Amino acid sequence: MNLIKRREFTLLILIIIQILLITLRAPRFFNISNFRDILDDTAILFMVAIGQMLVILTSGIDLSVASSLAFSGMSVALLNQYHPEISVFIILFLSIIIGFILGSFNGLLVAYGNIPPIITTLGTMSIYRGLVFVLSKGTWVSAHEMTDSFRLFPRIHVFGISSLLIISLVVIILFSIFLYYTRTGREIYGVGGNITAAQYVGINLRKIRYLVFALGGGICGLSGFLWVARYASAQSDTAIGFELQTIAACVIGGTSIAGGSGSIMGVVLGALFLGIIKNALPVINVSPFWQMFIQGFIIIVAIIINTVMSQRNQQLILKKREL
Amino acid sequence: MADKNKRLRKLNITEWLMRWETMLFFILVLIIIINSRISPYFLNYVNIMNTTFNFTEKAIIALPMIFVIICGDIDISVASIIALCSVFMGLASTFGVQTGGLVLIGCLTGIAAGFFNGIIITRLNVPAIAVTIGSMSLFRGIAYVILGDKAFTKYPSSFAFFGQGYLGNSGIPFQLVLFAVLAIFFAIILHRTTLGRKIYAIGNNPIASRFSGIPVANVRLLNFTLTGFCSGIASILLTSRIGSTRPNIAEGWELEVITTVVLGGVAITGGKGNILGVIISIFLLGFLRFGMGLVNVPGKVMSIVSGFLLIIAILLPEFIRNIRERVFLGKEKIRRGYKDETSGV
Repeated sequence: MNLIKRREFTLLILIIIQILLITLRAPRFFNISNFRDILDDTAILFMVAIGQMLVILTSGIDLSVASSLAFSGMSVALLNQYHPEISVFIILFLSIIIGFILGSFNGLLVAYGNIPPIITTLGTMSIYRGLVFVLSKGTWVSAHEMTDSFRLFPRIHVFGISSLLIISLVVIILFSIFLYYTRTGREIYGVGGNITAAQYVGINLRKIRYLVFALGGGICGLSGFLWVARYASAQSDTAIGFELQTIAACVIGGTSIAGGSGSIMGVVLGALFLGIIKNALPVINVSPFWQMFIQGFIIIVAIIINTVMSQRNQQLILKKREL
Repeated sequence: MADKNKRLRKLNITEWLMRWETMLFFILVLIIIINSRISPYFLNYVNIMNTTFNFTEKAIIALPMIFVIICGDIDISVASIIALCSVFMGLASTFGVQTGGLVLIGCLTGIAAGFFNGIIITRLNVPAIAVTIGSMSLFRGIAYVILGDKAFTKYPSSFAFFGQGYLGNSGIPFQLVLFAVLAIFFAIILHRTTLGRKIYAIGNNPIASRFSGIPVANVRLLNFTLTGFCSGIASILLTSRIGSTRPNIAEGWELEVITTVVLGGVAITGGKGNILGVIISIFLLGFLRFGMGLVNVPGKVMSIVSGFLLIIAILLPEFIRNIRERVFLGKEKIRRGYKDETSGV
């Protein structure tokens, strides 16, 4: 495939232009430690966006990611507060399990209850968010209530790379292998690409639909722990509105909202694009209140570009057939 | 023959009892009874009328949302449209625009926002969910850009009438009257005009509708514009009722509006539903929330209930249909199946 025509390449160029423009306004933006900060800040978005992408590939959408993240984050923070003796690795494992269960609930409703993903997750978004409140009774878990090993976990550095970023890279690599080189991974693309064809070739639709939500939930659970530990506080409205960022990362990265196409590299670059904007706003003296507007604007523009491009591609295919 | 008629009538009554609207109605009655048990003041005329303030704004958005969902679309940007309209009205008010102008600005902003959604969705053929997720962030983003962490609180005193006023001395809130008028208007369009039939047709099969000459794109565009318009009206009422605008105004309302419509029996997959069911569902949810308020349930817990109701409202009809088919239509089906086989169909 032609490298220049690929979405990831265009996005990479865009990111380079973006960095150059910001550096022109504020030269102090351009240094290694700042880039490292951006990567650390975006690490969680990389992971959750990949989970979101799995769901979008099957032509669904998961609005409950931020609430799942907050719920598992709050659960493990409370566990750490009341049982400080529990090892941080057990906590890490537990948070993945909690997220997986929340995701499974979504998955079961979608796959076996035949409820459209948007409605299911709109409902569970507020259910999980409400449960965070019930669980914590409206209180916060703040830094001094967490053990050091819990709070400092994302800040452990190996060869100068934070463990947060390492975990994120591991997730990216694992899911790339899963999506591109396993049968189930290819089936996920199949379900979103053409559902009737997928059924005829014997793909278990229910299994796939359940699986994408459950896996996405697992990622949210993992991210919940990392989020709470990194920001050293667990609140009722942790990560509120984060679901929009994950969707934005996907559509910027070229994931088709209708399902069936999208790449992990694209989503990671899309997330990076958002991460740089978020980090750059204060540097170039723009009020952080612009962030939501910019995000919405980018989502719509990206969706329009995706649609126009795919329609043009279809026309090209039709033309080729005529020849 | 007489025997058969009797059996049919019996079937009709059970059918009527099993109808979604009938069940909603009984649940509504149950909630009213429970509420009046909890508080002896609930069934007071003045109280009942004042309770409606809490849900008429959402109810007004639910009406056009019925059209949108019957067409198989969805609009989750409604709460953000409210914020956008409210901010523009607040901005105009600081420049000294009077009540009439504010109402005009509210409505026009709503129409523009809905049209914006509709034009992208229908002209570029993008799924409604994707576009309205984007505009949800975009519209509220504009509100944040304009307001930041501040608030607009200066509105002309005559502006308060829309959200706080009553109709003459009757004790009926102006909001409720407005809702009733709009509900009748939307009911007539949906159930008594060709446009209404077209909306159902589009929801059932958009491609067949297009081939039979229905301007599918334009009808859907109209739906989104109407939703924007009604969100604008809701914004006027809400802003007037609470007398201030913050960028996080009406946050989370999209969930409640969609829950109301779905609980009212409108199929989320499109093509099915009616106004009556949604109106019952509006009062049901409104009184339910009020009842939970009476026993001091926190807002976050209420949102858990809303979330579960939304999911149950979709699961339940499917479940009932299954049972119904087994109990009532089982024998019929077997007989019909047999007949079909013998006649060679």
